[in-house]
Amino acid sequence: MSYIAKPSAHHPALPKNSLGLTRRDYEGTMSTLCAGCGHDSITAALIEACFEMDLPAHRIAKVSGIGCSSKAPTYFLSRSHGFNSVHGRMPSVTTGAAIANRDLVYIGVSGDGDTASIGLGQFCHAVRRRVNMTYIVMNNGCYGLTKGQFSATNDKTSPSKKGEANPFDAIDLAQMAIQLGAGFVARSFSGDKTQLIPLIKAAISYNGFAFLDVVSPCVTFNNHPTSTKSYDYVRAHNMASENKLDYVEPKEEITVDYAEGTSAAIAMHDGSRLILHKLGQQHDPRDPDAAIVAIRSNAAKGAVATGLLYINEQQQDMHDILATDARPLNALPMSELCPGSKALQGINARLS
Amino acid sequence: MSGINDFVAKFATVNGSGSASANTIFAKTLFRMGIPVSPKNIFPSNIQGLPTWYEVRVSEAGYLARRDGIDLMVAMNPQTFKEDLAEVVPGGWLFYDSTMPRIWPRDDITVLGVPIAEMCAAKWSDTRQRQLFKNMVYVGALTALLDIDLEVLKGAVGDQLKGKEKLVAANMEAVALGREYALKHFDCPLPIKVRHAEGAKGKILVTGNEAAGLGAVYAGATVCAWYPITPSTSLAEGFEKHARRLRTTKEGRKLYGIVQAEDELAAIGVAIGGGWNGARSFTATSGPGISLMSEFLGLAYFAEVPVVLYNIQRGGPSTGMPTRTQQSDIISCAYASHGDTKHVLLFPKDPTECFSMGAQAFDLAERLQTPIIVMSDLDIGMNDWVTDAFTWDDKHVHDRGKVLTAEELDKFKELKGKDWGRYQDIDGDAVPYRTLPGTHPTKGAFFTRGTSHDENARYTEDGRIHARVLDRIRRKFDTAATLVPKPEITIRDKGGKTGLIYFGANTPAVHEALDALERDGIKVNALRIKAFPFTREIVSFCAMHERVFVVEQNRDAQMRSLLMTEANIPGEKLIPALSYDGTPMTAAFVRGAVTREVRPAQAAAE
Repeated sequence: MSYIAKPSAHHPALPKNSLGLTRRDYEGTMSTLCAGCGHDSITAALIEACFEMDLPAHRIAKVSGIGCSSKAPTYFLSRSHGFNSVHGRMPSVTTGAAIANRDLVYIGVSGDGDTASIGLGQFCHAVRRRVNMTYIVMNNGCYGLTKGQFSATNDKTSPSKKGEANPFDAIDLAQMAIQLGAGFVARSFSGDKTQLIPLIKAAISYNGFAFLDVVSPCVTFNNHPTSTKSYDYVRAHNMASENKLDYVEPKEEITVDYAEGTSAAIAMHDGSRLILHKLGQQHDPRDPDAAIVAIRSNAAKGAVATGLLYINEQQQDMHDILATDARPLNALPMSELCPGSKALQGINARLS
Repeated sequence: MSGINDFVAKFATVNGSGSASANTIFAKTLFRMGIPVSPKNIFPSNIQGLPTWYEVRVSEAGYLARRDGIDLMVAMNPQTFKEDLAEVVPGGWLFYDSTMPRIWPRDDITVLGVPIAEMCAAKWSDTRQRQLFKNMVYVGALTALLDIDLEVLKGAVGDQLKGKEKLVAANMEAVALGREYALKHFDCPLPIKVRHAEGAKGKILVTGNEAAGLGAVYAGATVCAWYPITPSTSLAEGFEKHARRLRTTKEGRKLYGIVQAEDELAAIGVAIGGGWNGARSFTATSGPGISLMSEFLGLAYFAEVPVVLYNIQRGGPSTGMPTRTQQSDIISCAYASHGDTKHVLLFPKDPTECFSMGAQAFDLAERLQTPIIVMSDLDIGMNDWVTDAFTWDDKHVHDRGKVLTAEELDKFKELKGKDWGRYQDIDGDAVPYRTLPGTHPTKGAFFTRGTSHDENARYTEDGRIHARVLDRIRRKFDTAATLVPKPEITIRDKGGKTGLIYFGANTPAVHEALDALERDGIKVNALRIKAFPFTREIVSFCAMHERVFVVEQNRDAQMRSLLMTEANIPGEKLIPALSYDGTPMTAAFVRGAVTREVRPAQAAAE
């Protein structure tokens, strides 16, 4: 039995957001993942991001596939509807849900097995269709639930816990997402809350397909000293300093004074802004080719380029492309959907 | 038996030569003369170059099943001359392009040679025109040979070429060319000919796929996802065609969303996502797609998500015969997916039912919160049928099922006396109440999952709860049996002991066969299955009869198996009558199957 409800009692002085909700209102049931699992940190970051953004939880839909990562949506936002679908098929289910109701916020949660192996095709086509969603991969380089087999994102240089070599090259999902035309591509680390929370917020505000690859160590099967997806390795090789990111709510004033040339403000559809502090080597996240170079050149050095890798603020989303009505399709009255008997007479006449 | 308004003409042509359009014009012209016709397109899985046939049965009596024995063969394809010649009945006619004269080794038929290529070469200089107009030249010759009303033909040509008026005139020139030649060289009309009739008056000529697509529009479907596969593709295209015209706002916004998915897995995934989110959603596929969609169908069954799936069946197994028809997915659809699953199936008999069962399918899907599979096939889906005009009752209220609003969630306990839980059987019909994402700030959220869950949608590994939930879902099938369309029963012999069960595209063949059997003195009572689960009427029909033929198009008597398993009908009572060569069933086949059993001596003599 792995359903554990959290007690509803909480401290009366917990801080509230503008909706009068506390962080507890954004939580889910107790996690049943291993203690120290990176996925739980991502869950915590998601809770924090939604709380700080004052999002009404019931206007969010969480969709996942199968695997440790895909279990995670039960551990946050218990006031949101969730859909734990079948292995590798989260993208199609989210696509259908998003077509049906364009007004909800869609958070797709997947893993590296779920996305880079069984679901690779669906991932590609969700990007291509510009589904308006935040697609998070909790990436630990291995299959946890089936006890530690390599996944397709595990680095070739990264052996298993038992020392078995990984013979195949890794699939880099962030590079793929950029090549397939995702409008928002970021990479982060479950252990880097300061970077992860603003990235989640930015991904949620982004109107279109936002991809977030989060390296999330598997404490049980892929956190040994030789693993490139371990806490120690990622901490030592995280190139997060290239771009530091702040997320500014639509209602907030920009109070910090950013010196010319060291920062850039990116306006989002909903009026929020992303402030990029350009430190160290310069990377323009509006340039997809530069983003791929940044990922590849860091990877060649054994480093992980994190932060906002690519953004295209002008991109159309799926509903723009499909030219669907501004109202959610699932709320249209039958009187507008069913043409009635009179129209049918004309159709019969044409067929006779 | 052939004669005026009663014959079969067959056109043997080459795929991609433009003959399809000429053949359609031919059939449409006869239909518009009021004559019941049943064109069958027998085509290869190919775009250009392989043999293709178009069979048109003409029957003033309204018998629209395919009939063996060709009265008039229009042999335009040298690749198939030999087999085309063999198919002509003694006393029949063979029409061909005699530009290259040929000896036909049969003296029991009349050969009609028209130097079509030569005539076209003399008339047109453009090679493409020479090729395309050949088809209209043979249609022109047929107007003389069969006494076809030229004005009606002109109307049909005009319809086919709407917006290309110049082409209409050119096509009619080709028609005149063929017609004049035939009038000059042959004794026109032939004894098989047509005349204006009443049988097709008030009917429409349409394919089942277009009808089903239109039905989904009327059902209020807003999410359609599909992957191209013969013979289902034209269903999604039909939906889009009609939705674009009927469901686009003045501002050009669409009141529907269509996704051509990357594969069948994604197609059903999108449809399930849409159904979960409260939009009427569907996909269309054929056998191979059903295999691919099975995992998702199990999810929708167990997580109780409404979705409609049209299965336009084709010849299996495997890739099988993609352009031929069969009814061989009955078992795979009834039990699609691993574990204990069972799905509601609907069996339309013609395009009219493809339309009407559409709205019914979506009502059932939302009422029962489960996948509904509409079992059409290539014959119904892709061939033009003379069928009853579509009707729609404006008073019909679409049944959106048990979906709670925010107010109903607030008052749920007050109204129902119990707390809401996603999978609680509140009403005793085994159908729980569902909520849609975004409905209420604090109530009604739940986690939809394919893993085992309790009545409140919480994950469980408790075997007792798992069994309890499975039992309730099974009971939902009993509710389904009270809602699905009841069978159509025709009693020809009150108290008679011989019955026959049929369904779907076999309907015209069965009706014709039963008439023929009755003329032979064999009266057979009949029942047409319209849906699975089987209703009481089916059980009592079987109980009333000592032997019951089950007519179907598959090798393994799948409907018979389903009747034995699900309705407890003893197998020894159910006599299979099985045709599975991929061609639509004939009345002769059904008559033969019954006669062999009922009057073995007569059957042997025949």
